[in-house]
Amino acid sequence: MRTPSLTRRGLLGRSAATAGGLAVVPLVARAAPEIPATTAPPNPVRTPEMVDVVLQVNGKRLPLAIEPRVSLLDALREQAGLTGTKKGCDRGSCGACTVHVDGRRVNACLTLAIRCQNKAVTTIEGLAAGDTLHPMQAAFVAHDAFQCGYCTPGQIMSAVALIEEGHAHSDGDIREWMAGNICRCGAYNHIVDAVRDVAGQTDTGRG
Amino acid sequence: MQSFSYLRPADADAAIAAAAQPGKKYIAGGTDLMQLMKDDVERPAQIVDLDALPYTKIEAGPDALRLGALATMSDVAAHPEVARKYPVIAQALLASASPQLRNMATMGGNMLQRTRCGYFRDTGFACNKREPGSGCPAIHGQNRLLAILGGSGHCIATHPSDLAVALVALDTVLELRGANGATRQVALGDFHKLPGDTPHIETVLQPGELITALVVPASAAARRSGYLKVRDRASFEFALVSAAVALDLDGGVIRDARIAMGGVGTKPWRLPAVEGALRGHQAGDVAFAAAAAQAPEGAMPAVQNAFKVKLMQKTLVRALRTVAA
Repeated sequence: MRTPSLTRRGLLGRSAATAGGLAVVPLVARAAPEIPATTAPPNPVRTPEMVDVVLQVNGKRLPLAIEPRVSLLDALREQAGLTGTKKGCDRGSCGACTVHVDGRRVNACLTLAIRCQNKAVTTIEGLAAGDTLHPMQAAFVAHDAFQCGYCTPGQIMSAVALIEEGHAHSDGDIREWMAGNICRCGAYNHIVDAVRDVAGQTDTGRG
Repeated sequence: MQSFSYLRPADADAAIAAAAQPGKKYIAGGTDLMQLMKDDVERPAQIVDLDALPYTKIEAGPDALRLGALATMSDVAAHPEVARKYPVIAQALLASASPQLRNMATMGGNMLQRTRCGYFRDTGFACNKREPGSGCPAIHGQNRLLAILGGSGHCIATHPSDLAVALVALDTVLELRGANGATRQVALGDFHKLPGDTPHIETVLQPGELITALVVPASAAARRSGYLKVRDRASFEFALVSAAVALDLDGGVIRDARIAMGGVGTKPWRLPAVEGALRGHQAGDVAFAAAAAQAPEGAMPAVQNAFKVKLMQKTLVRALRTVAA
C-alpha cells in the first residue's frame, strides 16, 4: 500500500487545489488546509450492487466492497491506490495493465476483480524487496528501456513472467513473447536488451 | 459497462440451469466478453462464472486428444503431446492473441469468439449481427478484413479464431451438455452457422447449453500438420488469411489431406474440394498449385478484400510445401 505522503499523485492533487484557491482568495492561499495526499477515493458510498470480496495483493490481504463489474485493474488503481498498474487501451490490446494472477501474467483490464478471490495477485509494486529493485527493474533502468514510462510496469511484469516461462531463448523469442506489450515510444530494442541481460542470453542478432 | 449480478455455480448442472434464462452469460476466460461488455455490445443481467467447473483436463490418448473446454490456450499449446501429434493445433494457438490473453482464454470460449468486424463492435453503427434487421454497413464500407466466403447480403463478418480453423481441419467433435444432464456431440464443422438472413445466430447451441470438451481424433495427417498465418503485423494480430494443413503421405503420394482456412470465411472454412484434388497425387508444387486454385471457389469478394482471393491460394501453397517437406 502507498504511504500517505510525498507521492507524485498527491503532489499533483495538492498543486491543483492550491491553484484553485489562489484564484478565489489569494491572501489565504498559504493557509489552505491539507487535502488527503491520495486522490483515490476512500470507500465510496455502498450501493446495492456491491459485494464484499477479499483479494490477496502482493502478499497482503485486501478487503474490498465492489460491484461485480469492476475490473481487477480498476480495483487495484481506484480502490487499493496501487496506481503502478497502468490503464492504456482497457481492451487487452496494449499490455500496460499486465499483472500476475497465481503466477501467470494476465491483462488486469479483462479480469473481473470478483473472480480473483483466493488467488494471489502480484503487481509492479510487489516486485521489489524493500528498497532493492527486482533484477528486471534494475535492468530496465540500466538499459534505458523506456522513454515516457507509461507501458513500463506492464513490460516489466511481462518480462519477469517470460523468463519464468522459459521463453527467453533468443532475441526473436523475447520479441515474440513480449508481443502483448506495446510501447508507443518505441523502446523495444532497449527492452530486449534488458530482458536478455536478466535471462543471461548473449544473442544480439536483433531478431 | 452495464451493471450485472454474479453467480459462481459449484457444478455444471447448476450453471446450465442458471444460464438457460434470458440475459445470462457464461464467463470462462472472459477475454472477449469483457471487451464486448465494455463496448456495450453485450449487456448481460447476470454473469455465470464457470471457474469452479472441472473441465480443465488435457488428455492425449492413443485414439484421440480430449481438450477440456476450460483448458487455457497456453496450457494446450505447451502440452508436449499436442505439439508432437497435433502440431497444427499448437502452432495455431501460439499464433493467436498475446501470451497474457492465452493465459486467460479457454478452448470452449475460443469456439465462441465473436467477430472483429468494426461495425459489430461499435454500437454507433447498424449491424445485423448485433441488432437483427438494422442493416450491414460493412458490405459497402470498411471490409478489407472481412470474409470472401460464406457471406450473405446481411453479413460478411469473418470468424476470428485460429484454433477453430486447425480443429475443423482435424474433424474435431464438440461435447455439449444441456438442461437435465442431457449430452450430445456436434462436429465442429456443423457447430457454426452461416449468417444467411440470421447472422445473430452464430452456433447450434441451445440456451444454457455448455461446451464441456473438444475431441480431436488422432491420425497420420494430424501428425504431419502445420498452421500458417498471414497478417498485417508480425505478431499479436488477427489473420488476413491463414491455412491449417494436415497431410498423410505414402512415399511422396498424398494419401489423405485435411485443409481449412481462416480469415476468409464467415465460419472456420473447411475445403473438401481442395482435399479431393490433392488425394492420390504426388506431393509437389504442381499438385499444390492445381489444388489451391480451387480454394476460392464460390468467393464473393467485396471492394477492399478482393486481395484475399489470390492471397488464399499463395498461403495455401506455402503451407502445403512446409508441411510436405
